[in-house]
Amino acid sequence: MVLKAFFPTCCASADSGLLVGRWVPEQSSAVVLAVVHFPFIPIQVKELLAQVQQASQVGVTVLGTWCHRRQEPEESLGHFLEGLGAIFSHKPWFQLCRERGSKSWSCKATHWQGPTSHAASGEDQVMLIFYDQRKVLLSQLHPPAVLPDRQAGDTTASAGGLAAVFDTVARSEALFQSDRFDEGPVRLSHWQSEGVEASILVELAKWAAGPVCLLLACLLSLVSAASACRVFKLWPLSFIWSKLSTCEQLRHRLEQLTLIFSTRKAKNPAQLMRKDLIGQLADALIPVADHVAKELQHLLQWLMGAPAGLKMNRALDQVLGRFFLYHIHLWISYIHLMSPFIERILWHVGLSACLGLTVALSILSDIIALLTFHIYCFYVYGARLYCLKIHGLSSLWRLFRGKKWNVLRQRVDSCSYDLDQLFIGTLLFTILVFLLPTTALYYLVFTLLRLLVVTVQGLIHLLVDLINSLPLYSLGLRLCRPYRLAAGVKFRVLEHETGRPLRLLMQINPLPYSRVVHTYRLPTCGCHPKHSWGSLCRKLFFGELIYPWRQRGDKQD
Amino acid sequence: MEDEQSFSDIYGGRLALQRRCYSPSCLEFCLSCPRITLRSLTAVTCTVWLAAYGLFTLCENSMILSAAIFITLLGLLGYLHFVKIDHETLLIIDSLGIQMTSSYASGKESTTFIEMGEVKDVVINEAIYMQKVIYYLCILLKDPVEPHGISQVVPLFQ
Repeated sequence: MVLKAFFPTCCASADSGLLVGRWVPEQSSAVVLAVVHFPFIPIQVKELLAQVQQASQVGVTVLGTWCHRRQEPEESLGHFLEGLGAIFSHKPWFQLCRERGSKSWSCKATHWQGPTSHAASGEDQVMLIFYDQRKVLLSQLHPPAVLPDRQAGDTTASAGGLAAVFDTVARSEALFQSDRFDEGPVRLSHWQSEGVEASILVELAKWAAGPVCLLLACLLSLVSAASACRVFKLWPLSFIWSKLSTCEQLRHRLEQLTLIFSTRKAKNPAQLMRKDLIGQLADALIPVADHVAKELQHLLQWLMGAPAGLKMNRALDQVLGRFFLYHIHLWISYIHLMSPFIERILWHVGLSACLGLTVALSILSDIIALLTFHIYCFYVYGARLYCLKIHGLSSLWRLFRGKKWNVLRQRVDSCSYDLDQLFIGTLLFTILVFLLPTTALYYLVFTLLRLLVVTVQGLIHLLVDLINSLPLYSLGLRLCRPYRLAAGVKFRVLEHETGRPLRLLMQINPLPYSRVVHTYRLPTCGCHPKHSWGSLCRKLFFGELIYPWRQRGDKQD
Repeated sequence: MEDEQSFSDIYGGRLALQRRCYSPSCLEFCLSCPRITLRSLTAVTCTVWLAAYGLFTLCENSMILSAAIFITLLGLLGYLHFVKIDHETLLIIDSLGIQMTSSYASGKESTTFIEMGEVKDVVINEAIYMQKVIYYLCILLKDPVEPHGISQVVPLFQ
């Protein structure tokens, strides 16, 4: 195999010295981590390497020599470097050489057969691969196929050639502690020698972040303690809290804030706090509610006539129609009573929308639910009537045929009825059958309206879920520091001359946005409807009430 | 060492293959695809604008015309950035791996690198397209669980 040497780009301009790094025999590749400069004492170098090896579990050794020389080669330096091969024995021994100011490199890798037979040392072809040490140190490889049964912990980087390189660099933090500008027995050159990244603003922000975070954490713990107190657990309040999706969202937001501060959604609908807009919204709400009520009244008048050419039972029609009309009348008066206060309430509610777009959407969903409360009531009345009728019809139909439902055995058994039982039963059956179209029509109309409202609310909830589960931090990281999330590497061939070793540049290939979202998706609230289409149709046919979604942890109603 | 040859793809457009050898352990193949022609661009633009004008005479709404212009521009940009490939490069490095780069007409480059340890085999596969059989080169990758190919990679678009 061709020998590969991974060389950090920051060491390309360093002075001559020793190459220090790790040798991976399975891939015949040497990962150079740092350069040790002259003068040094071999014993101290060996001590430092032993320390680093113990601290980081990476087999760091001296790999070879590095020579960065001027135009005229210095003979004494050349012999000295070759003599070093005898002190730090390593197979194979690398000798990298670069002429100052030019792009020509040369590299030799020799195998020492032993001190007696110098002539029999063989030379192999070497390929130089340059890599940016800081980026490789900070990045995280995302392999396309995740191995389910391999642990990520203490396996010594046997998985994949490039993963071994990344792993080596990432775990050798201990080697990068001291620098060539530090006073110490050994002077090293690595990515830190290029200048440690720092900025006044960042440092100040880090200092200030500590107390600010502490203060916010105290406030939040107070708020969560207050909300968990016993007063709110009493029955009417807890029932309302569980039904309003806003409270669920607020609870979610509180959890998020207590965990990490940086996930605050920065979509701040500040316009909602402008007074005139709130006024406009409040002014718009009342006519909308009036309009909805008027439309419902028209609908009921239509039902009380001869809707779609069907002939209804006049008496039942009038009763049901009047009952619902009175209900609407009550609702309209209630809305008109509340109208002076709507603007105030909306303004205070709009304040809480500064916690993010998702809270604003949840508030919208709750407003829709409250405004269409009368539709919900009508649906419940219609459904219950229809359900009773269907049950009555089915049991009377069994009586018509001479059968009975056996509760003990949970099946239909034959039964002999008396004549008067049969007579009454048949009479009731006929009445119910002829009243069926009227009830069914009312039920159908109100069920459709209710389903429409449920669909709108469901869409809003879906949008809220989507926003909640979006990993904003990972997306921001991918945008600003793309080398942190790596899908792989890419190579570029640098200038090449015949006779010189092949030089490649290794760059990090960032993860595509779709995979970022897929991998780092946050867990959602999980408010999915629990019915399949079949069971939904069955419930609709039999008139059972439909509860569109359940929050996690709710009891069955 | 550079070689250049010309072939044609399954639609009849002209392709050019360039082969470079950097060193005994590194080879590069570069395939250039046919460029976008003025004729096809004009044809598509005229079709879209005629359809928009037809809708305009029906609806008398001038927003349709400006919408058609926007759609044409956005469609062209999207096509150049995501669909139209200018040239593809295959770089083979001994004992390191195989790298495939596709550069699009808008300058975007997307690169995939496959390590040598993952490659099981390189094969020529057949596929039936419309009424003829076409051959394409693909790389079989090793499955981590069992030693069979899990994914087939098609390096060069046909």
